[in-house]
Amino acid sequence: MATSTRVTGHLDNPTASGSHRGALAVLQDWLTTVDHKKIGLMYIGYALVFLLIAGFQALLMRVQLLVPNNNFVSPEVFNRLFTMHGTTMVFFVGMPILFGFGNYLVPLMIGARDMAFPRLNAFSFWISAFGGFLLYFSYFAGSGLYGAGTAPDVGWFAYAPLTSRVFSPGHSTDYWTLSIFLSGIGSIGTALNIVATTLCMRCPGMKLNRMPLLVWLYLVVACLVFVTISPLTAAQIMLCLDRYLGAHFFDTQAGGSAVLWMHFFWIFGHPEVYILVMPAFAFANEIIPVFSRKAIFGYPAMVAASVCIGFISLSVWAHHMFTVGMGPGPNAFFTFATMVIAVPTGIKIFNWLATLWGGNIHFTTPMIFSIGFLFQFLIAGLTGVMLAVSPFDWQLGNSYFVVAHFHYVLVGGILFMIFAAFYYWYPKMTGRMLSERLGKWHFWLFVIGFHLTFDFMHVPGLLGMPRRIYTYEADRGWAIWNLIVSSGAVFQAAATLLFAYNLVHSYFKGEIAGPDPWDAWTLEWSTSSPPPSYNFAVTPTVDSRRPLWDRKHPEETDAQYE
Amino acid sequence: MTTTVAVPHHPVESWTQPSRGLVGMACLIVAESAIFIIFVVAYIFYIGKSLTGPTPREVLDLPIFSTVCLLSSSITVHYAVHALQHSRIRATIGWLAGTVLLGGIFIASTAREWYELIYHHGLTVRTNLFGTTFYSLVGLHASHVIAGLMMLGLALLFALAGKLNQHHAERLEVVSIYWHFVDAVWVIVFTVVYVLGR
Repeated sequence: MATSTRVTGHLDNPTASGSHRGALAVLQDWLTTVDHKKIGLMYIGYALVFLLIAGFQALLMRVQLLVPNNNFVSPEVFNRLFTMHGTTMVFFVGMPILFGFGNYLVPLMIGARDMAFPRLNAFSFWISAFGGFLLYFSYFAGSGLYGAGTAPDVGWFAYAPLTSRVFSPGHSTDYWTLSIFLSGIGSIGTALNIVATTLCMRCPGMKLNRMPLLVWLYLVVACLVFVTISPLTAAQIMLCLDRYLGAHFFDTQAGGSAVLWMHFFWIFGHPEVYILVMPAFAFANEIIPVFSRKAIFGYPAMVAASVCIGFISLSVWAHHMFTVGMGPGPNAFFTFATMVIAVPTGIKIFNWLATLWGGNIHFTTPMIFSIGFLFQFLIAGLTGVMLAVSPFDWQLGNSYFVVAHFHYVLVGGILFMIFAAFYYWYPKMTGRMLSERLGKWHFWLFVIGFHLTFDFMHVPGLLGMPRRIYTYEADRGWAIWNLIVSSGAVFQAAATLLFAYNLVHSYFKGEIAGPDPWDAWTLEWSTSSPPPSYNFAVTPTVDSRRPLWDRKHPEETDAQYE
Repeated sequence: MTTTVAVPHHPVESWTQPSRGLVGMACLIVAESAIFIIFVVAYIFYIGKSLTGPTPREVLDLPIFSTVCLLSSSITVHYAVHALQHSRIRATIGWLAGTVLLGGIFIASTAREWYELIYHHGLTVRTNLFGTTFYSLVGLHASHVIAGLMMLGLALLFALAGKLNQHHAERLEVVSIYWHFVDAVWVIVFTVVYVLGR
C-alpha cells in the first residue's frame, strides 16, 4: 500500500500488533464484536454451515426418490427432512447470507464508519443464530426430556390444523415456531439498522441518487422485511397461543380458520421470495457493469423497478392459494397482480442486457455466474408467469412442477448470484483472491448439476407427481425422470464441496488481492483488503455514482454527465 | 490497480441527514404496525364467529375513563419533550410523572377489566374465539403500553437523579414517538373491539 498516509499508518499500528494474541482473546473479540464487517462475516459463516446441512438433507431426499418403492429413509424421517430443508434454507441460509453481505457492504459502499446501531446489529445476529441453534436442538429435545427427540415434520409452511396439539404432540412444532420467531426478531433488527444506516450515515456527497444500486436494493429489502416478517411473527405468536394457552385462532373445531393461517403465512411467504431475490439483483447490479466495463444502463429505471417490485410483491400472496377455492374475484386479482410483477422484473433483465451490450466483457468467475443467473432467472420467471394463471395452477399446484419452479428461482437465480458475490467480494473480505481455475470448475459442474436436476424436475410435475410424497409406484412413468434429477444432485454436491475447498484453500494460499483487484468503481475498493476496523482513515466525499472512476479518470469524470 | 485509491476529500456545504434515532423508531413503528394489523384482521375476521358465549355485548363495557387517560398522556409526554428541549428540567419531571401516572391508570383499569372478565364472566383465552382474539389483541397492546411505561419510567428516574439534560432531548423525543404510536394503536383497538365488535 504505497500511498498509505501517515494518518492510516498511525491508525494501523494497534491492529498490526493484534495478530499475536492468543486464541481465547481472538474468540472473545469475535463474540463481543460490534464491527459490521465481523458481524457480516459471522452471518456468512453461519449461513454456509447451514447451507451444507440443508444441502445434505436435500441429498438424502434425492436418494430416497432415486428409484420407485425405495425405503432408504423412513416416511417420518422424510417428513422431517423436507421440513428442515425448507425452513433452514429460507431462514438460516438465505436470510443470514444476504444480511451478511449487506452488513459487510452497505457501510463500506456509502463511506460510513459502521452501521447506525452497532450493538443492535450484534444483538440481531446472535438472536438469529440462537434461532438456528434452537431449530436443530429439536433433533435432541423435540419430544421433551423423556422421549427420543424429533425435528419438526409439519412442512416449511406448517399448515393448520396439522400444527395443533392433537396432530403434532410433543415440542417439535414449538421449536419450529420459536426458532422462526427469534430469527424474525433478528431480521427486523438488522433491517432497521440497514434503513437507518442508508438514510443517516452516508458520506458527504452520497445523495440518494448517487448511492450504489446494491445499497438501494438493500434499502427496499429492509423496508419489505418490516411489512413481511412482522406478519409472520404475529402468526407465530398466535400459533404459540393456540398450542400453549389453548386459544382457537387456527382451531377449526372451535370455529377457527385454517385458511386464515394460509393467508397470514403467505402474506409473509411471497414477499419473502423478493426479500431473498433482491439482494441477488443487488449483486448483479454491481458485478455486471464492472465486468462489462460500462456504467449500469438505466440507473433511475433500476431504482424505480426495485421499488415497484417491493410494492407489487405485497399484493400477490394468494397465488399460493388458488387451489383453496377463493372464488373468481380473488383468483382474477391475484393472477393479474402476479403477472404485473413480471413487468418491473423484465425491466431489470433488459437493463442488464443493455449493460452487457457493446461492453468489453471479462469472463471472470463472478461474471460467468452472473450470466448464468440472467438466463436461469428468466426461465424461472417464465414458469412463474405460467403458474400465475389460476387454471394452470389448479392443474399443477403442489406438484413437482412448482418445486422445480421455485428451486429455479432460489438456486438458479439466488444461489448463482451468491456464488458470484463470493468470488467478487472474497478478495475484499480476506485480502486474497479465490482460485479462478477452481472457480471455473465450480461453475461448470454446478451448471450441469443444476440443469440436470431442475430442468428435468419439471417433467414429473407435468406427469402428476405431487410434492412431498415419500415414494412412488414403478408404473407411474416417473422413475426415469427422478433418476436424472437425483443424478444432477451429485454434480451440485461435488461443485459445492469444491467451492468450500476453494474458500479454505485460498484463504491461506490465494493470490494477494490488493485493495482493488477488479478495477471497480464503488467506495469499498478504495480501502485496503481486508478493510481496517475504521473502514476509511478519512471520510470520503463523492461527486457521482462511480467515485473511483472519477478518481482514476480525472479528465472524464461521471460527475460531468450525471 | 494495486495501489490504494484515495478518494478526494473536500468539504461539501450543508450536508445534513435525518437523525438515526428518529429513523430507527419510524422503522420499528412500521414493523409493529404490521404485527398489529395482523391481530386486528384476525379480530375482525372472527367477530360473531364464536360457537359459544359469552359475547362481547354481554360482557364488555366502554372503557371511557382509561381511554381519556391514555390519550391525554400523549399531550403530557409532548410537553415533557418540549420542556427538556428548553432545559426546564423541573417541568420535564412534572410532565413525565404525569405521563407515567396516566399510563399507569390505563394499565390498572385494563387489569381490573380482565379480572372482572375472568372471575365474574368466566371468559378466558380458551373459552371461545372472542376470548382468544380479545385477550391477544388487547394484551398485545397492553404489553406495548408496559414497554413504553418502562422507558418513560427510566427517563423519569434519570431526571430525578439529575442525569437528564438538554442533550437528551432527542432521545426523549424518540421515546415520545413510540408513546404516541401506542396511543394511536389504542384508538384503532378501541374502535375495533369496543365499537365495531359489540
